Amino acid sequence: MKRYALFACAAALAMAGCSTTGSADDASDKDWTAPVGEDGNAPFSSTYERYPGRPTALVGATVYDGAGNRIDNGTVLFRDGEVVGVGDASLDTSGYDVLDGSGKFVTPGIIDIHSHLGDYPTPSVDAHSDGNEATSPTTPEVWAEHSVWPQDPGFTRALANGGVTALQILPGSANLMGGRSVTLKNVPARTVQGMKFPGAPYGFKMACGENPKRVYGNRGRMPSTRMGNFAVNRQTWLDARAYDGKKRDLAKETLKGVLDGEILVHNHCYRADEMALVMDMAKEMGYKVSAFHHAVEAYKIGDLLRENDVCSAIWADWYGFKMEAYDGILENAAFLQREGACVVIHSDSAQDIQRLNQEAAKAQAAGRRLGIDIADETVIGWITLNAAKAMGIDDMTGSLEPGKMADVVLWNGDPLSVYSRPEKVWIDGALMYDALDRKRRPVSDFELGQPGEGDVK
Amino acid sequence: MKRALAFAAGLLACASALPAAAQNIAMTGVTVATGDGSDPIENGAVVVENGRVVYAGPAAGMPQTAMPLMEAAPGTWVTPGLVATVTNLGLWDVGAVSESNDIRAGDSPFSAALDAAPIVNPASQHIAVHRAAGVTRAATVTSASSSIFGGQGAIIDLGSDPQAVTRARAFQTVSLGESGARLAGGSRASAHALLRNALREANEFGSDARIPGIRARPAEQGVGDDVPLDPRLVDNRTERGDDVLLSRFDAAALVPVVRGEQPLYVMVERASDIRSVLALKREFANLDLVLVGASEGWLVASDIAAAGVPVIADGLDDLPQGFEELAATQSNIGRMVKAGVTVAINAAAMENPRNLNQYAGNLVALSRIPGADGLSWGQAFAAITSVPARISGLGGRAGVLAPGAAGDVVIWDGDPLEVGAMPTRVFIDGVEQPLENHQSRLRDRYRDLDESDLPKAYDW
Repeated sequence: MKRYALFACAAALAMAGCSTTGSADDASDKDWTAPVGEDGNAPFSSTYERYPGRPTALVGATVYDGAGNRIDNGTVLFRDGEVVGVGDASLDTSGYDVLDGSGKFVTPGIIDIHSHLGDYPTPSVDAHSDGNEATSPTTPEVWAEHSVWPQDPGFTRALANGGVTALQILPGSANLMGGRSVTLKNVPARTVQGMKFPGAPYGFKMACGENPKRVYGNRGRMPSTRMGNFAVNRQTWLDARAYDGKKRDLAKETLKGVLDGEILVHNHCYRADEMALVMDMAKEMGYKVSAFHHAVEAYKIGDLLRENDVCSAIWADWYGFKMEAYDGILENAAFLQREGACVVIHSDSAQDIQRLNQEAAKAQAAGRRLGIDIADETVIGWITLNAAKAMGIDDMTGSLEPGKMADVVLWNGDPLSVYSRPEKVWIDGALMYDALDRKRRPVSDFELGQPGEGDVK
Repeated sequence: MKRALAFAAGLLACASALPAAAQNIAMTGVTVATGDGSDPIENGAVVVENGRVVYAGPAAGMPQTAMPLMEAAPGTWVTPGLVATVTNLGLWDVGAVSESNDIRAGDSPFSAALDAAPIVNPASQHIAVHRAAGVTRAATVTSASSSIFGGQGAIIDLGSDPQAVTRARAFQTVSLGESGARLAGGSRASAHALLRNALREANEFGSDARIPGIRARPAEQGVGDDVPLDPRLVDNRTERGDDVLLSRFDAAALVPVVRGEQPLYVMVERASDIRSVLALKREFANLDLVLVGASEGWLVASDIAAAGVPVIADGLDDLPQGFEELAATQSNIGRMVKAGVTVAINAAAMENPRNLNQYAGNLVALSRIPGADGLSWGQAFAAITSVPARISGLGGRAGVLAPGAAGDVVIWDGDPLEVGAMPTRVFIDGVEQPLENHQSRLRDRYRDLDESDLPKAYDW
């Protein structure tokens, strides 16, 4: 144990040496590591292990692989938790349980990049309001996983109705810097550690605009304006860059992780002009924004977003509920795609997470009406591989490719149609939901013995 | 001469206020969904004359007409306009901009007396956006916030003209259950006491003040801006006892409710709360009840059916959002319909009412899942057209393509329940509607990002 602690100190010292020089490059010291506890491990590390599954061959279905390809009459093979092969009908299925998918569709597991399941669980009573540490405009020290209630019934609905196999749980948007997010496997567990996606990087939630200035301005403290928002952010980054790591500081450990590129920034930001300012702030301070979330005006700056390699995580049709959402249009995703910018469809909702496929289809249809034809296989990428990329888990999941996790949804029809639903969902090759088997559906502790006892049953 | 000029000017003013002329419509070889619960008719025809539907049915039965046939691309669907209830369309601009938002009046001294009719803004962007999405009529109302009573809702059309309200004070709303209990002071017991007291006071005040009866389902208004005066609010000097809880206006507003002349929409979710609402009829026999929300309605579906009370139900809510919705399920509507309950899909239980068709489509999809209960296509489409129209007092008049019904016709480029379905043309009372709005203008401006000649601000 001592040995690991010493290693952590050494790393901290190495970082301290670099930080004093002050340049953005030096701040990104790759030797700097995430916090390590006295036992030598990252704290709260994942204890998730895949459940047993049968070697399975899905044959005869239309396959959207998530990476932009479509295979008619395709075959998907998976065993031991991994995708083994994806191809046409000529793939050898011997040694696999063959499942006929004729007339059905196969996609990678759906991924929601923006969820508050667990930190704003149902029942949504005050006692469950754990998503916003709204006591200071910057709380990089809080971790969403410490708020996640694994018994949130919302996880089960997202699985059964939405085919969601992985999701990022974010802190809320009251604060400029809301804290660390956590990426979960949508597999029920008794602990949050049991759901944590092994190897997923942390995310860092930031928020632009109305929320932080309203929450803190109303209390007579900074920030009360958009310029205040930026001033607080920039000073906080400058202070983080000067952190020498000698004394552990939870907030600065997180910020340092961002500056080192190990923690990915997910920035709630609606307005185009504000996103442009944030991208410049990121350059000034030496970090990168992975995705703007909510981004209802992203369509106004698709070129900038492409050039800066920032994804836009957006709704299909939410608009008008606040001033900064006034210019929301249905064509947001299609216009971004036209510019070659990265599109992710997100939910931010315990309801819409059950229909991300439909939200993607609505956004696709809006483009089609204007003559912007985006292929179905590309649209599926908006809720699979693109989300995985922005969350830093695309080398593990998000598409059906050999060696990746066997996170797979078999749909009873075209997933971009309102009339289709998930029929079976596998996570790491284990069958976690089956519409045709009432016992193969999760029911949270909270719902046991209640009237109805969980809608997924 | 002067008088003649003034008269002429008056005529001009009248003319400009008159709605555009109704257009005759004749289409054939299209898929027709009439909204009455039946399956779509694949090779169908629709004829609208002078603002009214003349025919909707199989192409073979189309009456002879001298009208030119309207062009229809292959795959075209023709349906009645969608009817959205319950909404707050026309009552707000931006949700979180309180100056622009008239939905809640938490600091108002009034509750039941609140009346949506005079404050509906027909030029609201949300009306324009929803018109473009195929919603042609809606019920709109303020939300319960200063008391359990939310106020009186109006029935509106979404036409692009200054006259939105077609029926003022069409219904009263009351919030029971968890939210009503908070508004009443902290307990369901208080909400029930408050409701009973209010109805008794209204009953007494109605006779003391000799408030005349009004027809249940008051007549629709004609064109013009003549929202009629409320006879209940005429000046009267009726004395009231010292212990009254309702203001004079609130008491007056509840008179038609207790007499059954104005429907009472009750916002309630829990099965036991629904039973208690149905039991109100034993104390107040004339109440014309409508349940709104009713997430646990499926547990008491046979009771609701027996009481003949219609439900405006949350379509897809399947989470225990509160302890009053522990039995929430997507099968709720399917099960209530199966039990014989009249059910419309609640437009308030989604991000925007324009998602009504998506919600209806989901209920069709649900019918393919073993153990779940959904709706047939025809039933699902009726739940967003003819059924909400009937509950809104527009039965046979809107939400349906049938002879004599209003010429509210929507032409779609495909199945209207499919995600992303959008109208290509919308008619209200036979009048073709503009489909432009703030969103469509932004869409047109940002079709490209080209600013080589001038900034985007000049692109309009």
